[in-house]
Amino acid sequence: MNAPINIAGLLKKTKAVFRFNGGVHPPENKAQSTQRPIGQLALPEKLVLPLRQHIGNIPKIKVAIGDHVLKGQLIAEAEGTVSAAIHAPTSGTITAIADAVIPHPSGLSDRCITITPDGKDSWIERQPQDWRKDELAPLVKSLRLSGIVGLGGATFPTQIKLRSANTAIHTLVINAAECEPYITCDDMLMRERSEEIVLGIKVAKRLLDAENVIIGIEDNKPEAIKAMRMATENTDIQVKVVPTLYPSGDARRLVYLVLGQEVPHNKRSTEVGIQVFNVATVSALYRYFEFGEPALSRVVSMTGNVNQPQNFEVLFGTPLRHLIKAAGGAKRDTSHFIMGGPMMGFNLPSDDVPITKAANCIIAASPTLFEPPPPAMPCIRCARCADACPVSLQPQELYWFAKSDNFEKAQAYNLFDCIECGACSYVCPSDIPLVQYYRYAKSEMIALDKAKEAADIARERNEFRLARIEREKQERAAKHAARAQGAKTADSSEKTTAPNDKQAAIAAAIERAKAQKAAENTKPKNTTHLSNTTKAEIAAIDARRASVGLTETKMTTNEEKQAKITAAIARAKAQKTDANQAANETPIKNDALAVDTEKQAKIEAAIARAKAAKAEATKPQDKGVQTKPSADAEKQAKIEAAIARAKAAKASALETKEQQAKED
Amino acid sequence: MLIALYIMLGLALVLGAVLGYAALKFKVEGDPLIARIDAILPQTQCGQCGYPGCKPYATAIANGEADINQCPPGGDEGVHALADLLGVEYKPLNEEHGETKPKMVAFIEEDICIGCTLCIQACPVDAIVGAAKHMHTIVASECTGCELCIAPCPVDCITMNPIVETPENWKWKYPTIPIKPAIHL
Repeated sequence: MNAPINIAGLLKKTKAVFRFNGGVHPPENKAQSTQRPIGQLALPEKLVLPLRQHIGNIPKIKVAIGDHVLKGQLIAEAEGTVSAAIHAPTSGTITAIADAVIPHPSGLSDRCITITPDGKDSWIERQPQDWRKDELAPLVKSLRLSGIVGLGGATFPTQIKLRSANTAIHTLVINAAECEPYITCDDMLMRERSEEIVLGIKVAKRLLDAENVIIGIEDNKPEAIKAMRMATENTDIQVKVVPTLYPSGDARRLVYLVLGQEVPHNKRSTEVGIQVFNVATVSALYRYFEFGEPALSRVVSMTGNVNQPQNFEVLFGTPLRHLIKAAGGAKRDTSHFIMGGPMMGFNLPSDDVPITKAANCIIAASPTLFEPPPPAMPCIRCARCADACPVSLQPQELYWFAKSDNFEKAQAYNLFDCIECGACSYVCPSDIPLVQYYRYAKSEMIALDKAKEAADIARERNEFRLARIEREKQERAAKHAARAQGAKTADSSEKTTAPNDKQAAIAAAIERAKAQKAAENTKPKNTTHLSNTTKAEIAAIDARRASVGLTETKMTTNEEKQAKITAAIARAKAQKTDANQAANETPIKNDALAVDTEKQAKIEAAIARAKAAKAEATKPQDKGVQTKPSADAEKQAKIEAAIARAKAAKASALETKEQQAKED
Repeated sequence: MLIALYIMLGLALVLGAVLGYAALKFKVEGDPLIARIDAILPQTQCGQCGYPGCKPYATAIANGEADINQCPPGGDEGVHALADLLGVEYKPLNEEHGETKPKMVAFIEEDICIGCTLCIQACPVDAIVGAAKHMHTIVASECTGCELCIAPCPVDCITMNPIVETPENWKWKYPTIPIKPAIHL
């Protein structure tokens, strides 16, 4: 079906605008904030950058507390496919990486990086790229480092929208409709920076390889239309003025308005060859490639109940309070602040939240500006909401289903096609907060879907675990069977030979031991020429040998016993293996036996050592110790030592006596 | 008369052949009822129903051995869904099997863990990582909150924590009309 291309080609020639179903005309309130040019803010005391500023994965932090960062330095890197990087909006020091309140309808806190500016605003080295000539793939790839997201409010990472899709993009639609009341940031951007926007469009057009470009602007922005027409003179970019009707700024509505083509509800516009970019986004694209500037700031409308409503170029992370101050401060009766427009925006939890990539407009609200809604009355089935619905849904039906938690039905009535524009709530004569019901139902359904997914994963994991346990059991059983089988086959051959073999081995071992001992005994005793001390030593060694000789008989009897035991065990083993049992019991028993013999050997060694020590003690005594048992020798030695001591004492006593005598 | 008989016979043969072919071609493997019951059950694998997992409980329900009100994690909605599927009367949850609680996630206090692996063996979805004499930890995203790991722990280092609300899992609340104190004039 090549129809889209033809349609686009046809439309290029026509000036026709296609009206969509429904839509509302809320009071515009745009004039207040367009009286002054886009203002610049002084550096705030701190910049708080939430990691969650876009749709998709949370980026990965690349800095630590205390690090000094330069303007434009990457501080959080895109993680996964759908994610966007975050850069330092000015030079300074990272002073905190902690949870802080973020601009989110939940009012919850989330991880933020806090930078305390050093006031120098010094740039990191910028790397401009030649977007007119460089190869496309690296250009698109480098966008991952740009941190640019859709600045219309959807904050979808831009690099994904520029990646070559399956379907070729034939038409690029630039969204400059800015249909929500109060918001004027795109209007002011077009008035002041139309050249930059046109260059940005050229960047996007080259990256997408699109044939046609159409800029859609609502007719309530005559100055912006004029500026854009002037900037697009001599180009093939077409400026299309669309009638002011909320919500013409919705991407699908705008595509229909300028092309007359409805994007199927279950498809993305890229699937039919159309890509939509916001004006601020293309301007950021241009700045990134031309000057190497990543996404650091955006134009924000600060309007509503403030003294000097104005648009400002605001660094991301700037506390809202700082912005309010720049706009002359909030009036006294300000009750709260709204981020986004009055139709789709949400109340901010405090004036301490930072400005993020999604913040296109901040409205100071007061009870006079936004009357608190009267209590909701019952639905009277007037179907005005159905008339107003730009997506041609049945809001009154969806309301019933959402209210009664009938999510299946709500889904059947295409609740997820609802763009939450609020046109139905706006026209409802019963003041029913319809969109709130849809949002509730949607988030419940998403949560249910997630729970279902989690349950499926849990089922899979549980089944896998059971299968694994079963497999392990079977493997174990197979191993047992194999071992039993092996033992059986070995048994039949072993039964006759094995005991003999074993006994033979034991006998051989005994023979070896005996032979060794015999060899020891036949050593020549040429001790005649030795000194007395050496003789004493030899005697000690002999004594030790004698003791070993004594146990020699014991050993042999022991060994015989052991041999008998092992033979018995072998027999028992054979019986047991027959019964497929205790395959690993016998080795343990054998081990025990081995331990027994080892023990005995150790004990004997210890005895021998003790004897040797005793023999040593007799060494200094040169008398006929050899013949006497060592214990006696020690005794004698002791006695003799005592005698010697006594003699010495006597001698000394005699000496003293003699001395005394001499003195006398 | 004969023609009519032949026609009927021929029809019977043709239809029989078609039915026989269909029976082979579109044969349904397994019991689809068990799978459908299992799809409703929350897959916590906690065993509070008295069966060693969701599938055995689903099998028991399908065989008429178990009642439909024995699954506390499934809650009242689960019982309603089962009643709808099986065409039986709804009954309130049997309190013998426990109460419905908000979903929790197990947490191992890693300072106390002695690495005994008992919880790893107890976990029905392999959501605990660790090795003998090494610290264990819960893979929170896979934990079903079945609490089966709590009892075997010899040092009581496992606690059940409620799931914390973050901007990621936050849900829009059901619209309510805020009640304000009346202003006395």
